[in-house]
Amino acid sequence: MIRFAAVRLLQAIPVLFGVITITFILIHSAPGGPFSADKAVPPEVLIALEEKYDLNLPLWQQYFGYLEDFISGDFGPSFKYPGRNVSELIASAFPTTAELALYSMIVAIGIGLFAGVVAAMRPNSVQDYAPMSLAMIGICMPSFLLGPLLVLIFGIYLEWLPISGWNSLPGDKILPAITLGTGYAAYIARLTRGGMLDILSQDYIRTARAKGLSEIVIVCKHGLRGGLIPVVAFLGPAFAGMLGGSFVVETIFNIPGLGRFYVQAAFNRDYTMILGTTIFFAALIVSFNLISDILAMWMNPKLRQKDLGDEK
Amino acid sequence: MDIKSNPQIYRLFFLILHGIYLCVLPGCENPPTNVELGNETGVLHWGNGTEPQSLDPHIATGVPEHHVISALMEGLVLKDSQTLEPTPGIAERWDISEDQLVYTFHLRSDAKWSNGDTLDAHDFVWSWWRALQPRLGNLYAYMYFPIKNARAYYNGDINDFKEVGVKAVNDLTLQVMLENPTPYFLQLLDHYSTFPVHQETVERFGSADERGTRWTYEGNMVSNGPFKLRKWTINQEIVVEKNPQYYDEKKVKLNEIVYYPIENGITEERMFRAGQLHYTNDVPIDKVETYRAANDPALRIHPYLGTYYYRINTRVPHLKDRRVRRALALTIDRESLTKNILKGGQIPAYAMTPPDTKGYFPPNKLEFNPLEAKRLMALSGYPDGKNFPETEILYNTNEGHRKVAVAIQQMWKIHLNIDIRLTNQEWKVYLDSESNGDYEISRAGWIGDYVDPNNFLDMFICGGGNNRTGWCNEDYDKLILQEAPRKKSDQNRFAIFREAEEILIDEMPVIPIYTYTSKNLVHSSLKNLNPNILNQASYKDLFLSDDIE
Repeated sequence: MIRFAAVRLLQAIPVLFGVITITFILIHSAPGGPFSADKAVPPEVLIALEEKYDLNLPLWQQYFGYLEDFISGDFGPSFKYPGRNVSELIASAFPTTAELALYSMIVAIGIGLFAGVVAAMRPNSVQDYAPMSLAMIGICMPSFLLGPLLVLIFGIYLEWLPISGWNSLPGDKILPAITLGTGYAAYIARLTRGGMLDILSQDYIRTARAKGLSEIVIVCKHGLRGGLIPVVAFLGPAFAGMLGGSFVVETIFNIPGLGRFYVQAAFNRDYTMILGTTIFFAALIVSFNLISDILAMWMNPKLRQKDLGDEK
Repeated sequence: MDIKSNPQIYRLFFLILHGIYLCVLPGCENPPTNVELGNETGVLHWGNGTEPQSLDPHIATGVPEHHVISALMEGLVLKDSQTLEPTPGIAERWDISEDQLVYTFHLRSDAKWSNGDTLDAHDFVWSWWRALQPRLGNLYAYMYFPIKNARAYYNGDINDFKEVGVKAVNDLTLQVMLENPTPYFLQLLDHYSTFPVHQETVERFGSADERGTRWTYEGNMVSNGPFKLRKWTINQEIVVEKNPQYYDEKKVKLNEIVYYPIENGITEERMFRAGQLHYTNDVPIDKVETYRAANDPALRIHPYLGTYYYRINTRVPHLKDRRVRRALALTIDRESLTKNILKGGQIPAYAMTPPDTKGYFPPNKLEFNPLEAKRLMALSGYPDGKNFPETEILYNTNEGHRKVAVAIQQMWKIHLNIDIRLTNQEWKVYLDSESNGDYEISRAGWIGDYVDPNNFLDMFICGGGNNRTGWCNEDYDKLILQEAPRKKSDQNRFAIFREAEEILIDEMPVIPIYTYTSKNLVHSSLKNLNPNILNQASYKDLFLSDDIE
């Protein structure tokens, strides 16, 4: 398994290098620059600004300059926010996004597993159709619709929960977590149901039942471990997706997360910020895919054997 | 395998539900809102649009930056929040020479920086020197150009700052010499680009002309206004607190102001409804009608010093003819557009300068006149729109701009029988196209920096950075650059501006469409917020009270 992880980590290097190169080319090909503004920028000012950020150099020199800085761990200064470094901005915004993704994941797993297990226990009955129909609605309902709906009901009419902010009012994390988590809960429910249906029909489950074990032990102890393998494979990309795709939820609830920075950076042509966040998200996605693969391997003996076989 | 036959699972389910109930319940007891808490503690919660790019007054540009900087810093003069006339700021009085070329400012002796240092005339000289360093990238350096030799120094034509018309006669007297009489000069001194900065603090974090050092960060910043910076969490909030060193500290009633960067107008409006804000930066156009219908006093709409207009690229062959440009302008039904499409109280604009800009009323030489427009088109060789090439309206991607463009497209089709193509571009792409002259007709807007017609008219001089239409008229330039500055009274100056504006309307390189309005939601507990055309608040005068007026 160590070899597997090491190989995957090595594979990540050309992936990240490719991400940097493609992003660099794309952002510099986009029309408009970081300093174009509604009000005319005097030529002397533009020259001074371009000199400061090395934008006066040929593109290839800028590219290799960036690579050099990147290897030494410097993501460069933000063009939009003078005096702030990209790594500093990522470090300030990422914990918020990560926290939001974590709570959303708890919501997604909590609701998804429960609905999936309940549905799998009596397939093709009301007990199956009801949660699966809800799951379908959850998958189809975009967060820009669900978020405002929840705000309207729980924030404005019932006045139970704050409707925006992060860490400023008690309970202000509940609605964003539900909004972001619901879509993923629906996927998890469907995957859990599929996995559980497959496992609950296995012989060892029948044996367990014949031994007189209680249903809760059968489902939770013997069923879930096998039934969750597809879910675990989904969790890595899902968590990375939550981190990278939280922009809409961050905007609806005015959360100071990385998603907002990312999108604003693209609109502002904040080259270093776009590059920095893209690389950061790429690294995250690679890592979470790797973690979920390792977890799936740990849970599934068949995969472990295959890896061992490869090693031989 | 039926759930009904599994009481344990049932029990587990109810246990989870009970847990959620217990966790959420404390949050359900309708906790006090920001507004309720703020009213008790004197904390104002202010929706501030986008995240400020910088709080350095010599680097910042933009309205959100202005809101925060004007709470933190103060210049030589302030503006009366109702009349916008200059009132004493750091200068307690000033003398103006008879030829209106020399301004002598007498600074108050009790003016201090937030760290207790004394603020004197030398601070202004140093700060203005800094603001004119090209390396700093100050986009508002032109605010200094009425000062003698400031433009020459900025352009590098002279190198000695002593030749620039600003000097500290003594600690409390600042003398400013102007290039020409500039009746709006005092107006400029209330703009943040002319505010003083604390030399020692600026230099502690880098050289004076270095862009983006950390002197404006929380814990570092030293300022001279009614408030000082307490906290700046990017994309979350900026908190300013009362400055005990401020000379007029006793008059400042608020203890704190919390500025929230909220880009999404719908989110901001919901926050206002949920009692999280006292003031919103804007109101979504769809919500204006709802507030109006409910006769809600929270909705405040006032004229704003800004004009929404269309630029015409006069380099495009079929738009070179001024008769075509006039025909286009004459067939926009502005009354209908503002009433039926925009619905935000906007005022139809028939000139570039908004009416009653410091008492100036532009000439009324434009109207909705389709018959005259048809005649002009026929004279230009396009009778009933025949042979008129399909023309493009370019706008930056925005639903409001699209609605206006669609309406105008229809009006031109109905009245002139010409085909218009609509193109939307993302903001930076649009800026690029516009500045490269890669457009035919494009949407534009201009918000005044100071209250004077000059601010709206001097951008259309030949080759002006903000002109971008390719239009050039020597008579116009002469009026704006030579004749108007020589007039000593506003009355005579305004007569020259009216003459210039008549040329502009006759030649029509730009088509004015409407005068902006500011739209805000203001909680009833926020008092002393006077409406003005700059939509600027005097934070030191604001206070919070639940009393009904």
